[in-house]
Amino acid sequence: MGPRFESVPAVREGLASVSYLADEGIAGVVYLADRLGKPVLIEGPAGVGKTELAKSVAAMTQSRLIRLQCYEGLDESKALYEWNYKKQLLRIQAQRVVESGDGATASSAPSGSWSDLEEDIFSEDFLLTRPLLEAIRATDPVVLLVDEVDRVEVETEALLLEVLSDYQVSIPELGTVAATQLPLVFLTSNNTRELSEALKRRCLYLHIDYPELEREKAIVMTRVPEISDHLADQIVRIVRSLRSLELKKHPSVSETLDWARTLVLLGAESIGAEQAQDTLHILLKYRTDIEKATKELSVAEGA
Amino acid sequence: MLDLLAGFISELRAAGLPVSLTENLDATEAVRHIPLEDREAFKYALGATLVKSNSHWKAFETVFEVYFSLRGPQWDIQAEDGDGNGDGRRVPGEDRSLARGGAMDAMSPEQLAELLYRALMDADDAVLSAVARQAVTRFSGMEPGRPVGGTYYLYRTLRKLDLDAVLARLMEGAQEASGGLTPLEQRLAKDEYESRIDRLRKEVEAEIRRRLVADRGAQAVAKTLRKPLPEDVDFMHASRDEMMALRRAIHPLTRKLAVRLARKRRHGRKGPLDFRNTMRHSLSYGGVPAEPKFRYPRPAKPEIFVIADISGSVAAFARFTLQLTHAISSQFSKVRSFVFIDGIDEVTRFFEGAEDITEAVHRVNTEADVVWVDGHSDYGHALETFWERWGREISPKTSVILLGDARNNYHASQSWVLKEVRRRARHVYWLDPEPRSYWDTGDSILSEYAAHCDGTFECRNLRQLEHFVEELD
Repeated sequence: MGPRFESVPAVREGLASVSYLADEGIAGVVYLADRLGKPVLIEGPAGVGKTELAKSVAAMTQSRLIRLQCYEGLDESKALYEWNYKKQLLRIQAQRVVESGDGATASSAPSGSWSDLEEDIFSEDFLLTRPLLEAIRATDPVVLLVDEVDRVEVETEALLLEVLSDYQVSIPELGTVAATQLPLVFLTSNNTRELSEALKRRCLYLHIDYPELEREKAIVMTRVPEISDHLADQIVRIVRSLRSLELKKHPSVSETLDWARTLVLLGAESIGAEQAQDTLHILLKYRTDIEKATKELSVAEGA
Repeated sequence: MLDLLAGFISELRAAGLPVSLTENLDATEAVRHIPLEDREAFKYALGATLVKSNSHWKAFETVFEVYFSLRGPQWDIQAEDGDGNGDGRRVPGEDRSLARGGAMDAMSPEQLAELLYRALMDADDAVLSAVARQAVTRFSGMEPGRPVGGTYYLYRTLRKLDLDAVLARLMEGAQEASGGLTPLEQRLAKDEYESRIDRLRKEVEAEIRRRLVADRGAQAVAKTLRKPLPEDVDFMHASRDEMMALRRAIHPLTRKLAVRLARKRRHGRKGPLDFRNTMRHSLSYGGVPAEPKFRYPRPAKPEIFVIADISGSVAAFARFTLQLTHAISSQFSKVRSFVFIDGIDEVTRFFEGAEDITEAVHRVNTEADVVWVDGHSDYGHALETFWERWGREISPKTSVILLGDARNNYHASQSWVLKEVRRRARHVYWLDPEPRSYWDTGDSILSEYAAHCDGTFECRNLRQLEHFVEELD
């Protein structure tokens, strides 16, 4: 299989065609991930479009998106594969029935010794694939998204290493399942804990930050098409202003979009200080933050 | 190209970034796919392969600018031949601004200031960078070969440009143009102009860097620009910005600490037989309970007592300490914090429900009753009081972390308290923000206390703090 993308600008245009506005850095790293056949580890504040990037790349390359949502306590049987023991049990039961019945019907039922049976119950028919294995075995183009990888414990992280570096999974009973094609892999992290060196070494690293003013405006314009230029401009300026404050949680891009949609729904043409304060709770999620922002935005009032 | 890259990587390593061999190879591979001409993409390609932590990005960027600033498309030709013969004042790219650049040399300072004002007003980037170049030529007073850091030139140039006055004028202009702005609009306009001025400042900085590189070579310049990485910044002498970066880095660390402290409980001990689970698993053996399953004991939630010195001598450290305490308390179910100078007070309540750490710190500094006599550290008295008032609340679940330099102003050490504390507590650790070589000099009596601690750690920067966390079992 050849490379997916022509050039860095092609990646950017492709992403733009599915309404994801990437800057040079993002496009460059996606391009590189394909060329080097390496997974991408995406870090950055919540809500800047990390998960969205993986989804958009899938949409743009017309691949299937396989998503592994990480959480504390995620284990092999949820991430890689599991044996379908109920089905295995039934298979063994069936064998028993055959053996205890008379020999006449034996020819139609599965027959043979224990070793045949063992081989049978550990065959692919009894394997339940989980996202990682699924992505490895897929024959159609896939994008694998390992979401919030920082949520799993350090020990569980090791599960990912084999998949990420060699694109293969070892199953003791079956042997090694190698990828038929290299999936594009994205891992996202909110940086709640430091990931292991081993994991980082295997990945390309991409830090997505809050977008520049112009790009954020463009994002608002693309995602909320009915918005006026003036309003979009004001919105992103206010958001930038808020991000410069010391807040518990800064407004993210997705919250900017929510805000823009709300204001459009309210039929606002432009934002006055009052209207901004009334709708701040869409942008900010903590009471103290809202108080602080309200104070800041109206600080010049007295002056 | 490969030579350049090798030099680049060794400089990154010298700056403290951990670049492994694999990453080095990846970078080499990456640059084969992305052309140097596409500078932004090229930069991110190198960044993606070499830098694996956002806190290192800034250091990376500086080194990148130094090594590749003369190699963008616009510098290509001139950089190679234009400069060698010159007097160092001629700089690649000067001729690119053509007529404008030439005209600028003849401009009076007033005209230049006017041009700058216009450029900032209209956000004209091309003019802005031309002005930046011109400003550096005129004001920085750069002399080839003079061993002065870039910040000196930057300071000189910016002082002449008087950006504060420019900002004031811009605001006035905006006010007049619109016929009265609402406070909100005013604020937004100010933000906008400030960001433009910031762009100018960066442009000037980049220009100075380019000239330095042309004059002295990348390696030498990179060396002078080296700054400690966030994890190596000394707590005691961190600047405001560095402090901010430190604070962001604390969070992942406290999670690690939480995991470490809880782990010991989880490993190696098995609880009673878990009948249900055993039966369920027996199904895969055809109903034979071949693999007994045990219930794991619920990991006991560790308790932490943080006792921190917040006296003047460790003030900077104390601030950091309090932030650390705050971060810890969001990770553990039970953290109690105590601060002392010569008196001691519990400050847990200030952190509870405090969403804003600055406010909590402020309350600690104003409301906590920590001064007993004269406001000079007295570890002995503080410990004694601590033992009297809270000693019996220490249980075998408690880990006690003491933070301070153990500079006791020649008071009695009362180290028996620590001995008692240790008898009751699970662990006692001491973190000292002073370099190890200063310990036990002057009025520092750390070793007296250290005798009753499970460990003493020098803790001047994040790397050391992380080391401490790693040492915990």
